[in-house]
Amino acid sequence: MSFWTRHQIFEKNSIILIVGILLVIAIGGLVEITPLFYLKSTIEKVDGVRPYTPLELAGRNVYVREGCYLCHSQMVRPLRDEVERYGHFSLAAESMYDHPFQWGSKRTGPDLARVGAKYSDDWHVTHLTNPRAIVPQSVMPGYPFLSQIEVDPDTIADHMRTLKAVGTPYTDDQIANAGADMKAQADPDNSGGDAFNKRYAKAVVRNFDGKAGTPTEMDALVAYLQMLGTLVDFKIYNEKANLR
Amino acid sequence: MSQPSISKSMTIGESGLAVVFAVTAFLCVVASAKALDAPFAFHAALSAAASLAAVFVIVNRYLDRPVALPPQEINGRPNYNMGPIKFSSFMAMFWGIAGFLVGLIIASQLAWPALNFDLPWTSFGRLRPLHTSAVIFAFGGNVLIATSFYVVQKSCRARLAGDLAPWFVVVGYNFFILIAGTGYLLGVTQSKEYAEPEWYADLWLTIVWVVYLLVFLATVIKRKEPHIFVANWFYLAFIVTIAVLHLGNNPALPVSVFGSKSYVAWGGIQDAMFQWWYGHNAVGFFLTAGFLAIMYYFIPKRAERPIYSYRLSIIHFWALIFLYIWAGPHHLHYTALPDWTQTLGMTFSIMLWMPSWGGMINGLMTLSGAWDKLRTDPVLRMLVVSVAFYGMSTFEGPMMSIKVVNSLSHYTDWTIGHVHSGALGWVGFVSFGALYCLVPWAWNRKGLYSLKLVNWHFWVATLGIVLYISAMWVSGILQGLMWRAYTSLGFLEYSFIETVEAMHPFYIIRAAGGGLFLIGSLIMAYNLWMTVRVGEAEVQMPVALQPAE
Repeated sequence: MSFWTRHQIFEKNSIILIVGILLVIAIGGLVEITPLFYLKSTIEKVDGVRPYTPLELAGRNVYVREGCYLCHSQMVRPLRDEVERYGHFSLAAESMYDHPFQWGSKRTGPDLARVGAKYSDDWHVTHLTNPRAIVPQSVMPGYPFLSQIEVDPDTIADHMRTLKAVGTPYTDDQIANAGADMKAQADPDNSGGDAFNKRYAKAVVRNFDGKAGTPTEMDALVAYLQMLGTLVDFKIYNEKANLR
Repeated sequence: MSQPSISKSMTIGESGLAVVFAVTAFLCVVASAKALDAPFAFHAALSAAASLAAVFVIVNRYLDRPVALPPQEINGRPNYNMGPIKFSSFMAMFWGIAGFLVGLIIASQLAWPALNFDLPWTSFGRLRPLHTSAVIFAFGGNVLIATSFYVVQKSCRARLAGDLAPWFVVVGYNFFILIAGTGYLLGVTQSKEYAEPEWYADLWLTIVWVVYLLVFLATVIKRKEPHIFVANWFYLAFIVTIAVLHLGNNPALPVSVFGSKSYVAWGGIQDAMFQWWYGHNAVGFFLTAGFLAIMYYFIPKRAERPIYSYRLSIIHFWALIFLYIWAGPHHLHYTALPDWTQTLGMTFSIMLWMPSWGGMINGLMTLSGAWDKLRTDPVLRMLVVSVAFYGMSTFEGPMMSIKVVNSLSHYTDWTIGHVHSGALGWVGFVSFGALYCLVPWAWNRKGLYSLKLVNWHFWVATLGIVLYISAMWVSGILQGLMWRAYTSLGFLEYSFIETVEAMHPFYIIRAAGGGLFLIGSLIMAYNLWMTVRVGEAEVQMPVALQPAE
């Protein structure tokens, strides 16, 4: 029986055809995806990477909601010009608590993986409100409405609980104090600042949008942008230990 | 055969579906009242209204219909079910125009950012998913559903399985589009490209898709032909694999069942790999396998020639679906994804060139002996040019998946140009060609209202594509080179914003190309509308079944 005659078993039996299709398409995915969950070399061992603070998380949700990832990548490639333009290439560990990941696929604007602490809060607030006030040739949309919307300190704990359920290591302490921490991070005069800093090592406490009162989405987004790429201290990072 | 002695009663499907929708309507009202955010409340209210409308339509349809359901055959000929096909064809044209228009708007926003109006629901970041989903899933999806329901009936010589089920598929699918699209405008997104809809839209799509598979499969199973026609293999692979991809990429935990926000189960690098395993195979199975099925039915039919090589189609089919699924990592070259995965992705992407061109050859060579028809039949020309664009894109793709090439092309407009030579040239043209064939067939018309208008559509759209992709090639390669340009002293030569500024003229050319493509689709919509409105009805020929070949 020739190969072509044998093939008729698929042509004459729809269930066998479906099973064949399922087997054939399963192989590639299984081989490429499954090892990423157990190969130890997949994610580097580094110090400093922590889950997002409640305010940063709220800011990240704004970043996702407005589709920032469609024009800004968060993935510096190990190429000479990128490392010089943006900083150290991105590690897998730096996005390991990202649900979903925000590596992006297009740079209509610059990469943001290491934008944290590069510009002042004022710069970000002005730029987000009207990008062309700072960069006349920019094609970025303005986001003035972010200053008008307050973030919700009451529901952010639910978000952290959900993230914990999918694998982000938030502690019970962090979840219990989520609302207070959210306010504390945007208010340097708040008495909760010390307790907040114990829960989130090296997180920055500042009034990001410069306005008093409940933090806005502008506070949250700037807090998120200002921490991007700052968690790993590359002065003490051991490249050799993580060669892959 | 109607039997007057039997009194009229609802089928299990009718009564069951009516009850399910009534319960759904109630649940949606509750969800709307308890909603934590405004978009969720809006979507729940929309779903409640749609469910009530569904109950009304089902009951109304029952009251209006004769005692017996439509027969499977009339006078020994299969009684083909054209209603859902007509609906999907109409929706395809509608969403196509909407999707092209939004594309033109966002292209213009990149050239003139004032068009964002600084409002949340008109900004690029929210409109871009609206554009991609409208053209891929709304336009492309409706074309695929319409043609697959047509091809599976004709090639199996059997009426579409199910009575309400096909309607559930076409209407349910378009309702998914409505939820997804309005969600983007309101900021509801899980930010995974081409899988942006949130958890509740994903759940609804899963239900619709399973019914789609069942309708298609049940029709194949009751076929009168011993062999399953090759186009149906491709449709089956498309339906089954899209289900697998959808389930693999989208598992997410909602923050609350009364809110729109969820967090995807995968994180960081695994999420990236799942996403592009999904993303590239949305290209491979939605935009390729499904539309290759169209190629395998509509080109032979229109050219009135058999498929060039049956054996080639067997190799094409298995090689294509096996190799495609590996190609995802080429979207993640030089990222934090491990090198071994990147190399695998690159290797398989290059190999993928071969089955792709095998398929192209099979499509093009089907015209052997009928090449003269390209001069006289603009519909066939559209179909054939689509295959030529397929060949071009499937050469460009493997080339761009080579790591060194990708280091230049990635993150630039070259990718956008590549996508659009495939999307406008291949998917767009093969869909247009299929609809130009399908509308007269489904509405029982002798032919199209005007072949001259098809010719106009062809040339206007072709010019648009050429402008679009050449502008993106130049801007992409230019920007890639500017990013890595160094001065003689060893400093980066250009700031980022200088490279943005350099894009401006190409963004205008691109928008002009998109505008031409949109104009072409408007010409098409008019032509199809007039075909249905004033076209001459085809006389039904009372011929017997032809013997199977």
